[in-house]
Amino acid sequence: MQAVELDIIVESVAKSYGNFQALQGVDLRVKRGEFLTVFGTNGAGKTTLIKLLSTLTKPTSGKITLANHDIKKEPDKVRSLIGVISHDPYLYENLSAIENLKFFASLYGIPQAEEKAIEMIKQVGLESRMHDLVRTLSRGMKQRLAVARAIVHDPNILLLDEPYTGLDQHGSRIFGEILKLLKSQTRTILMTTHKIEEGLGISDSVAILSGGRIVYECDPRGVEIERFKEIYFEKVRV
Amino acid sequence: MEKVWAIVLKDIITELRTKELFSSMFTLALLIIVIFNFAFDFSSELIPVAAPAILWVAFTFAGVLGLSRSFALEKEGNSILGLLVSPMDRSLIFLGKMISNAVFVFVVELIMIPLFVLFFNYDLGNTLFPLLLVIFLGTFGFVSVGTLFSAMASSTRLREVLLPILIFPIIIPVMVSSIKLTAAVLSGNPISQAGAALQVVVSFDIIFFVICAVVFEYVLDE
Repeated sequence: MQAVELDIIVESVAKSYGNFQALQGVDLRVKRGEFLTVFGTNGAGKTTLIKLLSTLTKPTSGKITLANHDIKKEPDKVRSLIGVISHDPYLYENLSAIENLKFFASLYGIPQAEEKAIEMIKQVGLESRMHDLVRTLSRGMKQRLAVARAIVHDPNILLLDEPYTGLDQHGSRIFGEILKLLKSQTRTILMTTHKIEEGLGISDSVAILSGGRIVYECDPRGVEIERFKEIYFEKVRV
Repeated sequence: MEKVWAIVLKDIITELRTKELFSSMFTLALLIIVIFNFAFDFSSELIPVAAPAILWVAFTFAGVLGLSRSFALEKEGNSILGLLVSPMDRSLIFLGKMISNAVFVFVVELIMIPLFVLFFNYDLGNTLFPLLLVIFLGTFGFVSVGTLFSAMASSTRLREVLLPILIFPIIIPVMVSSIKLTAAVLSGNPISQAGAALQVVVSFDIIFFVICAVVFEYVLDE
């Protein structure tokens, strides 16, 4: 029997900021190529979870392993394997789209950074705006460019922190198509969101985070949105 | 080092487009020199004593103003997080930002020198290159410290107030020594005549550059 390869392992992780306990006793396992969505209300600890996984902060206790690398012992190795997309695009507003991608490509040591940047811009459909400054782009375009930034180094693992924030219907639809494309490329994806409609249909597994704890996990395939919403509101502690 | 130069180039391109740092730094430096020039009636005996100090007051205050904006610009839109999730060593991020900051401060200082000469009626003669060397050494020191503290203060609401409070006590040795070296150079004496001051500046530069590069990682972590 083939052992299941786990790309993301979160073991009894806790994170506190002074007296405030943002996460406590969180356990998660995400298989290679799996799409996990973590639902939770504002303040549940979703962004803290993404920050821990993306090495922006260290856990107070517990262990996190990404692609068999401990984030405390090998943070630079982990960073080379992950791409992060947040509600903030992590872009430089006074650089153009192509300049941003060239810059980030060079940070990942990608040879021929300009060619790679152009390829990524075409992939997200921003070819006509590649020389425009980021501050002139719409919210939806910035988020598409953020996707390009996050995958410029072709990472195996993607971490998405409420990526639909601020997107209108059109932007959300385009972003959803991009997510489906990313999923089809068999990347391991962990997304956090408080919008059930965005995460339920695309996910292989879902979890609910409430008060810093994982309170529910399931395979959502076959689960209707309305039924999941009932479960969600039962589990979420306000 | 390619990654370091990528950060420097990114900052230079941004500054060329916005001119935010340069305009504020240059204005403050010019204002300081003009005010001191017109507010005090310096005799010819007093100028060699006062002018070096006035020059470094202008450089330091203008430099701190630029440093406080340096990381604030990175924080806008959380663009620095894009930098932090990349596999770039934190000390190299420090080096890149430090070089960028130093470039901007040097440009302002280079422009201020002829204005300083004009207002204080100095003849630099053969002292230009020694003066540039002293300015380089002094600026290197306070920009190293300033880059670290700018990163620390950038997360707070009172960063413009906090940065000067943090940085000025630390850079007193390099500032005082730079003033002494500048006075020696402007009076036409060789730098070696202010040997003790030169030792302080060079030691400060080396020690604090290394300390700041090492500590920078812990400043950026939440």
